[in-house]
Amino acid sequence: MRRDIFQAVADPTRRAIIALIALQAMTPNTIAEHFDTTRQAVSKHLRILTECELVKQEHQGREIYYSLEIDKLKEIEEWLEQFKKIWESRFNQLDQVLATIKNQKK
Amino acid sequence: MKNNLLFDFTVDKSTNTVFVNREFAAELTLVWQAFTTKEILDQWWAPKPWLSRTKRMDFVVGGRRFYAMVSPEGEEHWSIQDFTSISPTTNFKFFDAFADKDENINSEFPGSEWDLNFSAQNGTTTVKIIIKHKSLADLEQIIQMGFKEGFTMTLNELENIL
Repeated sequence: MRRDIFQAVADPTRRAIIALIALQAMTPNTIAEHFDTTRQAVSKHLRILTECELVKQEHQGREIYYSLEIDKLKEIEEWLEQFKKIWESRFNQLDQVLATIKNQKK
Repeated sequence: MKNNLLFDFTVDKSTNTVFVNREFAAELTLVWQAFTTKEILDQWWAPKPWLSRTKRMDFVVGGRRFYAMVSPEGEEHWSIQDFTSISPTTNFKFFDAFADKDENINSEFPGSEWDLNFSAQNGTTTVKIIIKHKSLADLEQIIQMGFKEGFTMTLNELENIL
């Protein structure tokens, strides 16, 4: 199943997890210590983030460490930037239309 | 057109809401007209080289704008806007959704709620737009509908002029 990356970042707990592991790779237990939710709930969030390729797992001995895929996060920002540019473009056109109408009225 | 008019664009990912604020160097009634009259809307709504083609627009509460974004190759992407509230020259709201050419609403992609506010100060008009999506993935769909390419072309055109 392909996960929706934007749903992944829409959840406040998942955003907090992202902020947490952006600093350093962590095991699910360490991550869970930062939240009031159960270890199971944190695991579920980590699974969704992994499926979206927002986080990656690394095995070190018996422990699994989760860290952030910075590039994937940048993709979201770039994508939002595109949306911003559509509006910029649209409004620049409107500026011209408004100027034209104003001139016609004179 | 280069100017110092305010433009800000912010996205609140936790509520799937997009905020777009923009100032225009024109009086309130004219800006209101530009947003609510199909002939004027079609001149600016689609980022070039795309075209906006409004087949029908009934700007009353309960009325609808049925329009297409037309790609340079002539490909049409239809949408509807159903007007849910109108307070002349200060605010109007609509529900926006993708549709097919026969005006059947695309149920695969949830629509978005738009809230547009207009205010005037010292000869400029500020428009504040709030767009609430069911999920931000809808926005991804909008980009995929070709604006990405369209926009790159616009930038290229600009480079040629400069």
